[in-house]
Amino acid sequence: MSGAAAGARMQAAEGRARRYRMRRLAGRIGFGFAVLMLISPALLFFLWTLSLAFKNEVDNMAFPPVFIPSPPTLSNFIDVFEKNDFLTYTINSVIVSFGATGLALLFGVPAGYGIAKSKATKAAVLILIARVTPGLSFLVPLFLIFQWLGLVGTLTPLVITHLVITVPIVVWVMIGFFEGLPNELEEAALVDGATIWQAFRHVALPLARPGITVAMILSFIFSWNNFIFGVVLAGRETRTLPVAVYNVLTFEQVSWGPLAAAALVVTAPVLLLTLLMQKEIVAGLTAGGVKGG
Amino acid sequence: MSASVAASASARAEGGKPRGANYARHYWAFAAPAAAVVGAVIVFPWLFTLFMSVHDWKVTGTVSYVGLANYTHLFTDDRFQWAVLRTLYFTLFATLAPVVLGVIAAVCFAQKFPLRGLARTIFILPMMATPVAVSLVWTMMFHPQLGVLNYILTSIGLPPATWVYQANTVIPTLVMVETWQWTPLVMLIVLGGLASLPTDPYEAAVLDGANPWQTFRHITLPLLWPFILVAAVLRLIDALKAFDTIYVITGGGPGTSSETINILLYQTAFAYYDLGYGSAMVVVFFVLILLISMILLRVRTSR
Repeated sequence: MSGAAAGARMQAAEGRARRYRMRRLAGRIGFGFAVLMLISPALLFFLWTLSLAFKNEVDNMAFPPVFIPSPPTLSNFIDVFEKNDFLTYTINSVIVSFGATGLALLFGVPAGYGIAKSKATKAAVLILIARVTPGLSFLVPLFLIFQWLGLVGTLTPLVITHLVITVPIVVWVMIGFFEGLPNELEEAALVDGATIWQAFRHVALPLARPGITVAMILSFIFSWNNFIFGVVLAGRETRTLPVAVYNVLTFEQVSWGPLAAAALVVTAPVLLLTLLMQKEIVAGLTAGGVKGG
Repeated sequence: MSASVAASASARAEGGKPRGANYARHYWAFAAPAAAVVGAVIVFPWLFTLFMSVHDWKVTGTVSYVGLANYTHLFTDDRFQWAVLRTLYFTLFATLAPVVLGVIAAVCFAQKFPLRGLARTIFILPMMATPVAVSLVWTMMFHPQLGVLNYILTSIGLPPATWVYQANTVIPTLVMVETWQWTPLVMLIVLGGLASLPTDPYEAAVLDGANPWQTFRHITLPLLWPFILVAAVLRLIDALKAFDTIYVITGGGPGTSSETINILLYQTAFAYYDLGYGSAMVVVFFVLILLISMILLRVRTSR
């Protein structure tokens, strides 16, 4: 009698446990579906870019579309480098982005330190306003000045104007980073007779290396991606990659394979950097909501 | 960490004045080179723009003082006023959609699940990718006959869309691209907010038997509000400034149906080379951006 009741209770309990497990499973499937919905616009977009870039022209113009390149071809990439001199533009982009990032680190890291230490919030506000200003509003006067100086058509104006993007990013990230460092080590160094420059150089700077990495990556990416400064200031020979890829669209007869291949060449370094350094990038972007341009 | 904070606090108490104060003046030296750069490439252009905006300034060399004529012209310029309205229309939806989706995405990515790191990286790729490059691919996808988007629409039984090829669909389409691109930034900021939330209210909610939706609605959302607002302000500013995608995908067309302030500004200054009028436009645009962001920040402090 009591054994049967216990058995029934156990069965009921098992049923509840099974229902609970089922509900949890359904919840998990639903959640997985939600995540899939969230990432699929990005995923499908980049897969389609790859598909366009590796297909031959006949497949690219086919309707209904061909999704998987068979066989994949590199001819679009060869086309881009042979017909459009992408090698020169790649070198330009590398010089401009590395130059603007290097200079921004040189100026911006000490500045971030100084602002963090003296708690100069007003200086930080100036950086914020620079973040708010449309890139075009710097360009009108700078364009004139570079014309007067006879610099339009060289890479110098590009490196200088890219500082508009890179310096605020570096300063902003570094302020946050130096504020988070404990003071004791530098104070100990100062007590031992170091100058504040030595305390910065030998104590704070080595500790700030992770912050510098974040600042460097973000500043490089947003300089690399910048289009508007190049489109106004670059001459034929000094185009950066984003300007060059835009010109592929306007001046060539439109063929999709080379266009997609060019787009991929431009953005591949940035995508690779994002995949490899996602932790640093997420940390930097979350901290300040920094974005260039 | 808290021990070290306590230690430094006691060190300050013993020393009377905080040690940093003796040096505060000297720390300015660290910022001086950057200040010089900011002055040269950011502050000086602002002032020079103001100067140019009261001149009739053509690239061909003729410069003459015209007072506020450029500004009064703006207020009678139909093309500019339509650009302002269009910019506001675009901005409203290019802010709302990413903020709503970004909060949903942040809540999802705050959960632990397999391959979360990879999923999150894929999710943020659109905001890291070169805008010009992705705009070109979007342009190919919008192609009315051969584009993959219309293929997908027709194969699930929907009529093909006109995307950027018709005046009444061009801005919604650009909003879609902008949303695709910038929802990740909202997600990251809100995710940062979620990570910093206290756990106590949640424990209390579990004890009180609140369901997940009630917990989200009455605990998570109010606590997240400051982060959502920061994300919304940043998104708003960036939407007002949107240039690359619009310029590459439509160039302001068809006709002028997607010509925002920034596009018109570019045309005025660098296609018609009317730098004085363009500068006046920059000033008004800049004031508009500051006003809108200040209103939003006021909303934040009044809550």
